[in-house]
Amino acid sequence: MRDTPLSNCEKRFLLKAIEEKKRLDGRETYDYRNIKISFGTDYGCCIVELGKTRVLCQVSCELVPPKDSRPTEGIMFFNLELSPMASPAFEPNRQSELSVTLNRQLERCLRNSKCIDTESLCVISGEKVWQIRVDVHVLNHDGNLMDAASIAAISALSHFRRPDVTIQGRDVTVFSPEERDPIPLSIYHMPICVSFAFFLEGSYLLVDPCEREERVKDGLLMIAMNKHREICSIQSSGGIMLLKDQVLRCSKIASVKVSEITELINKALENDRKIRKEGGKFGFAESMPKQRITTLKRDKAPVEMTDVEETASDIVNTTETTTEPVPSPVLVGMGTAQVGEGIVNSWGLDEEEEEDDEPQTEDTKTDEVMVISDSEEEEVVILNEVQKSKKTSKQK
Amino acid sequence: MDTIHACFKEKIGEVLLPGDVFSFSFPESGDGTIKTEKIICGPGLRRNGEEVKVCKSGILRHKQPNMYWIDSQQRRYVPAKGESVIGIVTTKAGDVFKVDVGGSEQASLSYLAFEGATKRNRPNVQVGDLVYGQFTIANKDMEPELVCIDSCGRANGMGVFGADGLLFKVSLGLVRRLLAPQSEIVKDLEKIFPFELVVGMNGRVWVKAKTVQQTLIVTNLLETCENMTSQQRQTLFKKVAAGFF
Repeated sequence: MRDTPLSNCEKRFLLKAIEEKKRLDGRETYDYRNIKISFGTDYGCCIVELGKTRVLCQVSCELVPPKDSRPTEGIMFFNLELSPMASPAFEPNRQSELSVTLNRQLERCLRNSKCIDTESLCVISGEKVWQIRVDVHVLNHDGNLMDAASIAAISALSHFRRPDVTIQGRDVTVFSPEERDPIPLSIYHMPICVSFAFFLEGSYLLVDPCEREERVKDGLLMIAMNKHREICSIQSSGGIMLLKDQVLRCSKIASVKVSEITELINKALENDRKIRKEGGKFGFAESMPKQRITTLKRDKAPVEMTDVEETASDIVNTTETTTEPVPSPVLVGMGTAQVGEGIVNSWGLDEEEEEDDEPQTEDTKTDEVMVISDSEEEEVVILNEVQKSKKTSKQK
Repeated sequence: MDTIHACFKEKIGEVLLPGDVFSFSFPESGDGTIKTEKIICGPGLRRNGEEVKVCKSGILRHKQPNMYWIDSQQRRYVPAKGESVIGIVTTKAGDVFKVDVGGSEQASLSYLAFEGATKRNRPNVQVGDLVYGQFTIANKDMEPELVCIDSCGRANGMGVFGADGLLFKVSLGLVRRLLAPQSEIVKDLEKIFPFELVVGMNGRVWVKAKTVQQTLIVTNLLETCENMTSQQRQTLFKKVAAGFF
């Protein structure tokens, strides 16, 4: 199915709003949407909601023979899938450019940064190692998939527990979770991706663009960083020219955001650990709110009001006379009045015809037929009405 | 004989699921006369011989004297003849524009279906513009057709939109509430500040106010008042109006 095209007026409005530093949902330029991290009953299953964007990540492991070039290291395998339920633009079984970009960026962010200790995944050198497989599924696309995917991946990896193994000579015994407690992976640091969208030739930037903002952007800068302020990867796409101080500024903003998000992830992991230890109920069934068919759950949509009060009171204090929002009607003939001037004829008629019509509307006598429209087929006859025609401010 | 009405009456206001059936047993009347009752089945109800089947999930509603329908929340639009919708022009092909209306197919809109358009005098419509038009043909077997002109040849408010303003999508239930003759939501909104509003039956709404900030406020208010009772809505609007002045 095709995605809804973006109309010109939406594009213009979004760019105008960005110039005035306003976003559709009332956020500031550097604000993230609400991030919600919830874990499932299995170890290694995590859902991240970034506003309306939802991403599910599942981590699993398997014993396999290692790669020939690296016999003492475990294997990490990443897979990101754009599910067709996320957006009508995603088709199943088709490698679109977006999915290739996201996959590549996820691999670069997590594998090349060496955030997981792969040496600890080795069981028998040269014969058996653990292969950790990270599957990320996009459930709903409302912009900024990369950030949500990276948060989901690293949370799921931190949440995951692999089975315990003992080695006796050449025999490997893998214990099930009931026999021995599974062991967490050893994670050195948590790299998190932060996306910056640039508009109007790089003069305006927004953090965490939503889907409509993404459609009008000029370029995108993705910085993957951890909380120790180490940059794991930088990618700039869209072909815009960025200045050095812009990139430095973005990295400073990214470090602030990353430390906030890392704290959030740690808190969520801690909560989940506590609940499991106390024996309480955990998993998605508990963390998703109950939904009934007769009601719809909706998050509180904040309506941005703070600005309005200040600007309104400023205007009221500085101006002296009140401006008339609607011009008063002008009586043209008996029973008719004209409000405003009307818009310019956009049909592209010859200019001569336009000029001929103008003097006609000026001199009218009350009893004669009034020519209001240019059409030759119509003759408008005014009935004897006493009321003035008033136009309300609601027009179609 | 109120058997039919009685059957429906006990379920009014209840949630029904597709597959629920209303079957009517007509008792044999002694003198052989059968009184005919007329029941109008609205959207979501379908007649199947002697029974009425529910085909959408939702709440059963009733309007006097004999109209019944299922009130369902849905956002996916299905084109229907006679409905006025907001469409986005996607391509110009020969004599015809292709317009996206949110349905499964793109609708076609002829160049000549605008007021005052002739073969020489083409309307000023670009790709990506918004148009407000009515369906003349909309069934499941054919591609839907739009026109921006009514049966007399007048525009009657339809046609291309001007520049500016913001387009957003809401559920079909909210759109029907906005288009109701004495819509409370619109009346309450009017009191806050003046703005222009176009409501398409495909769930698309176009708003234009004097400043960007006001447009955003109206957009957010309309999106949130979908799930509010009228009390909550009025308190919210009062808060907004107070904060604005």
